[in-house]
Amino acid sequence: MSENLPEAHDASHGTALVSHDDPFADPGLPAHEPRRTDIDERAAKRAERQVSLMFVVSMLATIGFIASYASIDADKIVYIFPLGHVSALNFALGMTLGVALFCIGAGAVHWARTLMSDHELPAERHPIEADDDVRNDVIEQFKTGAAESGFGRRKMIRNTLIGSMALVPLSGVVLLRDLGPLPEKKLLHTGWDKATQSSPIKLVNMNTDEPMKPEDIVQGSLTFAKPEGLEESAEDFQQQIAKDALMIVRIAPGDIKDAESRDKGFEGILAYSKICTHVGCPISLYEQQTHHALCPCHQSTFDLADGARVIFGPAGHPLPQLKITTDEQGFLIATGDFDEPVGPSYWERPR
Amino acid sequence: MKKLSARRRHPLAAVVVLLLALAATGGLYAAFAPAEKAQADSSAQSLAIDEGKKLFAVGCSSCHGLNGQGTSDGPSLVGVGSAAVDFQVGTGRMPAQQPGAQVPRKKNIYSQAEIDQLAAYVASLGPGPVTPTPEQYEPSSNDVTNAEQVAKGGELFRTNCAQCHNFNGKGGALTNGKYAPSLEGVDAKHIYEAMQTGPQNMPSFPDTTMPEEQKREIVAFVRHTNDEASPGGLTLGSLGPVTEGLFGWIFGLGTLILIAIWVAAHTTKAKKS
Repeated sequence: MSENLPEAHDASHGTALVSHDDPFADPGLPAHEPRRTDIDERAAKRAERQVSLMFVVSMLATIGFIASYASIDADKIVYIFPLGHVSALNFALGMTLGVALFCIGAGAVHWARTLMSDHELPAERHPIEADDDVRNDVIEQFKTGAAESGFGRRKMIRNTLIGSMALVPLSGVVLLRDLGPLPEKKLLHTGWDKATQSSPIKLVNMNTDEPMKPEDIVQGSLTFAKPEGLEESAEDFQQQIAKDALMIVRIAPGDIKDAESRDKGFEGILAYSKICTHVGCPISLYEQQTHHALCPCHQSTFDLADGARVIFGPAGHPLPQLKITTDEQGFLIATGDFDEPVGPSYWERPR
Repeated sequence: MKKLSARRRHPLAAVVVLLLALAATGGLYAAFAPAEKAQADSSAQSLAIDEGKKLFAVGCSSCHGLNGQGTSDGPSLVGVGSAAVDFQVGTGRMPAQQPGAQVPRKKNIYSQAEIDQLAAYVASLGPGPVTPTPEQYEPSSNDVTNAEQVAKGGELFRTNCAQCHNFNGKGGALTNGKYAPSLEGVDAKHIYEAMQTGPQNMPSFPDTTMPEEQKREIVAFVRHTNDEASPGGLTLGSLGPVTEGLFGWIFGLGTLILIAIWVAAHTTKAKKS
């Protein structure tokens, strides 16, 4: 390779010897060394072809992407070592798009490194301030302008200007309101609020869509319930169930530590809101031996045997408990809403 | 009355009273004794219970008490039913290797016949969920029905199970070292029994709140997620954003950084090439 190099370059190497008079003298830039493609036209042509080849491969890969999108069946599964069984379509799309992008990048890098000019160009740094004449002139102009505007003399204009300037950023602050909306009273009422003593709402099992009797709920079981009348086909089902969802557990009445909580339940059957009071994740990691319910998001832990008191984690309030009883036919019913808002805490929360 | 009290000191009075008492006891027994028990005495069932009692005395009684009544080391087994025994012993969880937050799954050392005998004995202590039959837990082998079961089971799984066992049944952490185990490679029977009986800290899902058919659908879904190929290739454990993000940051970005270093470190100067 080196037989192609001009002799001068070999000689130029090592010329920047340090002068003994000034050991700290600026050595300057090292001499420019040409690349092989700069001095060998054949090498340059070859590099050009390589770059073009990569761009062409990229084009082909893009065409392959479109072709595989159009032709491969989405359900087809193939075995590819070492990935195992994968969807043929996913694999083809990812592979072709990856190759297309990689070849553009690799071609561009190769082009820049072999063919574009690589002459070193020093860009010296200078102080960025203007020279004294310009600065004095600007200061003079500013003073003249200030004097002509009477800014210092007409205090009312000055003060109102300052006032208006100070207030302008408030419009930006107000725009932060869009981060809302605040929950207002939406969390105060759930789908259970239509229940009254005279027209109670039955608790309906989420699995079977049937109302439940106390004998259906055995100790150590976990059941999810929704209010009767809330159908999954309803347009706002997701909004409603996000507030109405219940988890129903049965704990031996003697094991329930909180008397108020025991009274709200029915023979040890307790109906708690399924929504964490921290940021509103659905929680139902219920441990039937410890009676702890855990939130998978931030590990808030509630003791369902003690009024769903928070025993660990960031939640600020116990889980709201729905007061339940039975009707004449023996079905579990609610005769009113939760006592407190369900879901995450917010500033206006009453308690 | 006078006659009776006049003869109460008669030498035969004690014999008469004894005869009357014996007749009353026998009559009461005949009236109240459970019929099945009386019939079972010579059947294979009672032999299994006897054998099970012996196995129980050797393998289980040190924690659960000689009569399964429970001690400070283990809960009472009255009323847990044969399904619980079949699950706990069949998955190797019982006998427990050591006390701890949770008893892990391990190699089962009992034969199915021995497990059935143990189960028969424990079931005789009190009524409880009965070991299911294959018709109860095996999902349909018919393609159309099975696909339907998988779809319904997926919905039920997301409502009832996914919060602990992960959306793909890979399991997850609970409090204080407890965890929800992975459902990969678990027998259909054991999944069904776990739902029935609620082993350890898992809540139970009795037939009254989750009918048999729904349990079968959940089994069908779990089997489907275990068997189905991953459309994306590497699943990275199917754990969600944690492993995927870690993989992206370490391998994706790491590779890019290495390439950038390599590109910058290799000059194309003629001198070096």
